[in-house]
Amino acid sequence: MDKVIIAQNLSLSYKEFETIISKANFSIDAGSFVFITGASGSGKSTLLKAFYGAIEPKQGQLSVGGIKMNRISTSKLNFLRRHIGIVFQDYKLIKEWTIEKNVMLPLIISGYTGDVGGAQVQKLLGHVKLIHQAGKYPPELSGGEQQRVAMARALAHNPILILADEPTGNLDEYSASVIWSLLEGANAQLKTTVVVVTHHIPEGLNVPYLHYHIDAGNINEIA
Amino acid sequence: MSLTYTIILTRVISMKSLKNHLSLIIALFTVLASVQIYVAVDRTIAAYETRLKDDYSVIVVANKGFIPAEFKSMSSMIERSEPISTTQVLERLKGEMSQKNLDLLRLTLPKFYRIYLNRYPSPKEINNLQHLLQRNSSIERVEGFAQTHDTVYKLMLLFKNVVQIFSIAIAAVTSLLILKEMRLWQFQHAERMSIMALFGAPVWLRSAVLFRLAIVDAIIATFILCLVFFVIDYYGFLVAQLKEIGISVQLFNFVSDALRSLAIALGVSIALTFMIVIFPNEED
Repeated sequence: MDKVIIAQNLSLSYKEFETIISKANFSIDAGSFVFITGASGSGKSTLLKAFYGAIEPKQGQLSVGGIKMNRISTSKLNFLRRHIGIVFQDYKLIKEWTIEKNVMLPLIISGYTGDVGGAQVQKLLGHVKLIHQAGKYPPELSGGEQQRVAMARALAHNPILILADEPTGNLDEYSASVIWSLLEGANAQLKTTVVVVTHHIPEGLNVPYLHYHIDAGNINEIA
Repeated sequence: MSLTYTIILTRVISMKSLKNHLSLIIALFTVLASVQIYVAVDRTIAAYETRLKDDYSVIVVANKGFIPAEFKSMSSMIERSEPISTTQVLERLKGEMSQKNLDLLRLTLPKFYRIYLNRYPSPKEINNLQHLLQRNSSIERVEGFAQTHDTVYKLMLLFKNVVQIFSIAIAAVTSLLILKEMRLWQFQHAERMSIMALFGAPVWLRSAVLFRLAIVDAIIATFILCLVFFVIDYYGFLVAQLKEIGISVQLFNFVSDALRSLAIALGVSIALTFMIVIFPNEED
């Protein structure tokens, strides 16, 4: 099976003498559903940032979608990010844009802004039950609704990999269930690889998943 | 809630954006106005030079007759020449001298020529021309009237140089102000640009909003410049003042000057946007 993420002796840090992730070795298969857990400050989000190139490996090798992340060029990083969908805990929606345009963002970047893009956005807004809010602006929506918009945006361009950082933290039950069902659907139906960083793995998931736990800079697979 | 929010958001955005736009539009307008003032001064001086050139001539006194081609071959500056008739002078002397002396005078009187030039010369050029003409043994004397060289003209040249220096200084200072303004725009749009970067937007797409603002403001600044010169042209007070000193000039050409101003405004704003996109502020 193809590997979407491969880490070999991967060390991550923000400062010179401080290591957050130390010499980690792991790989994530294409089409798998992975949870990464750990205590606050354990390095879960840092690891996720390394996956989308927000920080570079301090030591070792990291490859995402077949692209080496060490000293990655801007053009390669942009190319990789156009094939990744990211969901952030703080949503990261563009406040001056309508909900519809926010969902359209990855399609605008990829050059699909015509009817095809419009239909895709309508379909996704339907999935996240926000079609009636399409013309509104992010600050007009609740936190749960905003995260559903962010989820629709992450799926808009049919990415090969979805990275989600605490996607349901502080969300109401309904919004959380919509998020999880969309992530499950993307994984089960589209075979999209899903990597979720979270404190708690939700119960009753309908897809098989892998669980990595970060403790003191080490990444261990939990059986 | 939705409608209220939309109205408030629209108002806040339009007020902020109007303020941001004004800063750049005024700065760009200043650059364009200083360039246009320089162009207008240059045109005025050129028109004045033409007028001076038409009135100006060098007087040559020769002991033999010259044909116009002979003068023309002496210097490329010489446009044409014409002999000065001595009849009028001799007529005046008729009552004071005998016919015999008058005939003798007519025979010995040198030939006078008025030489017209193809441009208004500088004092140095007049001097050089004088020396050049005097090399011909048949030419006895050349009067270039260099000492009467127009003081107004000299003042105008001085004014042109001052305007040129002033325009360069304004362009430099204003460019720095535009750069600061654009850094502010970049800061205001930093969140949007960083979100777009997370989804792989290339630099040009992330910065498209900055380029759009720069282009729109360049067009508005050019339009305002055209409007200002239209008002000046419409009321005609400046043109009337120039006509009083015999200068007829078009201060602003609504096609070529407008196009040049648009090109300058677009060039300055796009080049400075490129600068802040390519060399982002480290503090950002």
